[in-house]
Amino acid sequence: MPEALAREIDIFETEITLRKQGKVEERLFAETRLRRGAYGQRYDNGQRHNGKAVQEVAYPSGKLTKGPHTMWDAPGMQRIKIPAGGLNASQLETLAELAEEYSDGIAHITTRQDVQLHYVHIEDTPSIMRRLAAANITTREACGNSVRNVTACPYAGVCPDEVFDVTPYARALSKFLLGHPDCQNFGRKFKPSFSGCGQHACGLASMHDLGLVAKERTENGERKIGFEMYVGGGLGAVPYQAKLFDSFIPPEELLPLAQAIARVFAKLGEKKNRSRARIKFLIQDLGIEKFRELVLEERKNLPPDPRWTEYIESATAEFKEAALKPAGKAPLLGSAEFQRWVKTNIRPQKQQGYAVVTIALPLGDITANQLRALSDIARRFTNETLRTTVEQNIILRWVSQDDVSKVWQALKAAGLAEPSAETILDIVTCPGTDTCKLGISSSRGLAAELRKRLGEKSVQLDEAVKSLHIKISGCFNSCGQHHVADLGFYGVSRKMSGYAVPHFQVVLGGEWANNAGSYGMPVMAIPSKHIPEVVTRLVDRYAAGRKNGEAFKDFIKRMGKAELKNVLDDLAHAPADPSDRSIFTDWGDPREYSLEDMGVGECAGEVISAIDFDLAGAEREVFEAQVALENGQADQAGKLAYQAMLRAARGLVRLEYPNVSQESDQIVGEFRARFYDTQRFFDPFAGGKFAHYLFAAQQKSNEPHTADSARYLIDEAHLFVEAAHSCYQRMGNPVAV
Amino acid sequence: MQLQHVNVKLLVKEPEEVPLEPLIPIFHSWIQGQVLEELLLDVADYRHVPAGPGVVLVGHQANYSVDHTDDRLGVRYNRKAEITGSNQDALQQALRASLIACQRLETEPTLEGKLRFNGQEIEFFVNDRLLAPNRDATRKAFHSDFETFFKKLFRGGEYSLSYANEPRRLFGVTAKSSRTFATSDLLANLNA
Repeated sequence: MPEALAREIDIFETEITLRKQGKVEERLFAETRLRRGAYGQRYDNGQRHNGKAVQEVAYPSGKLTKGPHTMWDAPGMQRIKIPAGGLNASQLETLAELAEEYSDGIAHITTRQDVQLHYVHIEDTPSIMRRLAAANITTREACGNSVRNVTACPYAGVCPDEVFDVTPYARALSKFLLGHPDCQNFGRKFKPSFSGCGQHACGLASMHDLGLVAKERTENGERKIGFEMYVGGGLGAVPYQAKLFDSFIPPEELLPLAQAIARVFAKLGEKKNRSRARIKFLIQDLGIEKFRELVLEERKNLPPDPRWTEYIESATAEFKEAALKPAGKAPLLGSAEFQRWVKTNIRPQKQQGYAVVTIALPLGDITANQLRALSDIARRFTNETLRTTVEQNIILRWVSQDDVSKVWQALKAAGLAEPSAETILDIVTCPGTDTCKLGISSSRGLAAELRKRLGEKSVQLDEAVKSLHIKISGCFNSCGQHHVADLGFYGVSRKMSGYAVPHFQVVLGGEWANNAGSYGMPVMAIPSKHIPEVVTRLVDRYAAGRKNGEAFKDFIKRMGKAELKNVLDDLAHAPADPSDRSIFTDWGDPREYSLEDMGVGECAGEVISAIDFDLAGAEREVFEAQVALENGQADQAGKLAYQAMLRAARGLVRLEYPNVSQESDQIVGEFRARFYDTQRFFDPFAGGKFAHYLFAAQQKSNEPHTADSARYLIDEAHLFVEAAHSCYQRMGNPVAV
Repeated sequence: MQLQHVNVKLLVKEPEEVPLEPLIPIFHSWIQGQVLEELLLDVADYRHVPAGPGVVLVGHQANYSVDHTDDRLGVRYNRKAEITGSNQDALQQALRASLIACQRLETEPTLEGKLRFNGQEIEFFVNDRLLAPNRDATRKAFHSDFETFFKKLFRGGEYSLSYANEPRRLFGVTAKSSRTFATSDLLANLNA
């Protein structure tokens, strides 16, 4: 495990201890855990509606919380970042172990190529993180107001239509932005994505905060590669199409421009009003021209960073996928069942004789045993070239055409050969009311029901219908990406006969192709239990009434909202028979429907500034110094105490000078000039006394510590950190520039 | 070595006859009444996953499920919280909890008597690879604990023990008795 990662997890474990002792404030701890991917789950506010009344959940740790309204013992979700969706066999095995030992036996693939484990206890998360880190996986910044997983087209490198393989660039950007100081002061999350071409859906560049599409052009007769760069896209309640920032940026500008964008977002993005804190709102307010101007100005002022090119070069050099087996020529012959699977789950690579196999996962779920079986298959037939997809599947790349039949048999034995990839049966859904605190309707329950019904008649379905996409979100926040589906649904609630009834808003005609090229049209809200009939009516109409290969979105446009309403209107009402109570429950949940289980969402994280983290980090180091001293490690204790003072001082300096380095001379010099000489650090009673603790500690920083000197320094560090807090408060809590 | 995180799975008779859908309202009603000794929290439905966890009743200290792993349907108890006591105590606690849950399911009206323990086969797992990796040394370390436990459980009757050898999977043992026992018999034997 890399040392930095090990240290990062140790720090988190200490923060858990401190929170249990009441020494870390709950909001700060919430954002701390969110930035490690440890998320809340439904019922974590200590209440659950049992269908009749709200029950208090008597968690054993009582009133201890892990965030506002979030009980300590309540099960949570652990999100695991998978940059560009890339996984190998050993990583699958690790995920299998963790799903069994800490979750409920299931790993869930998300719509952003992450993996999630549900029903995880917060105190198990450091162990989970360590075991993931040993497999070279991090959960850092998987949630919270941070740079989320960098996604990429899962076919990058093997797609016949791509301009070039974007994988190394996605990996380089992911590595560069992970924990980057310029990405710690966001008001909301920031999601980047890469696509290898403009025409397919795979990268979904148009709906990302930062979307990068591979491009090439000729300059002086020479082929140059680069990216079309988009900013400010996003789904959510009101979806935004990303705006073109630049039609061609060279690879060496990718990282610095991303950094400059992060700085502008951190500096000018909304912090107080969470519903307008995504970068799309900033761009809307400023206008793309002004935003571009500010970013380019920021870019000019960035101190040069060798990693801008080193990371690209090393990612390109390190990332080399190759086939395990020779290219095949065998025709894909076999039983009718095999043929059905080939038709939907196999696509040829640009490298002749190789195929990509899609393993369609129902609702994105895979068991521990299936993960192990898949790891065996990946080793047996490929060089472990696996990727997760935004359609909640896993693909296996570089399968020799000669092996396709054997791969199918092996997948079939593992229950992984469902012949439905990227069809109407391959329904995408967020967790919804199953586990999400914001869920309004049961997206997974509906998806399971639709899969069952459509599966029963899949053989008879019209070919055009089979290729439609259904995507479902449990609420308007669009985690199920309903805006870009042919048939999209998102959860809402309505009252009928005085009772709450779970509904889905029907959103039709979104475009999945062209990197999520256009968004669907909201039509009307229909009770959850009537949605299967909505699907039946619409697909039957489409099959019967489409003209000359008309796409579904064009068919919907032609029908128009008024006609659609006519077709669906009767379904919006309660059943005529008043004794029929079916609409008052949701799919897969027999309890009478209620909104009382909804909690406060954590998607937005807590707005915690970098200085808050610096000061909390300094306090943690004082605590660690005390522990080291108790363990007889005086020298280590003294060093930690000095480090704590430096961290607190640097936090204050960073408020005004974000480029300050980690060098103690620079930190202390800047601190002296900005806070001591100006007397801003001075305590009303003690004057500059506490600053002198730092100056003295720096002068003696090369001397070994005795138990006594370490003890004195720990006391001084404690006072210095307190003084830094006071100074920050006197400054009126400014946000870093 | 102290056993923790013990899982028990009671294999059921005629698994193809067992309807899983009624388990969802049943488990919700168990939460409503908090009918078991653990704090019961939620129901997770994984019927759509082949050979998966089936329907899971999520609790704080333990999960209960009607589990389909390895295509073998059974009532499973997954102990999550640590317990104190000897290894015999840990095995007893987990088996007792699974038997009580199974007994409840056997008499649930909506299952119409279709879910019944097969009377002979019980799988035990230790859901903790750091404590009990699946290798020979672990088998040797715990074998006598299992022998002591099953002798008492099956009242000295004949039984066989088989261990799963795949090192990546959880350490576990399957006990198969030569004669059949009802859940009530096994509970009585545990209490004897």
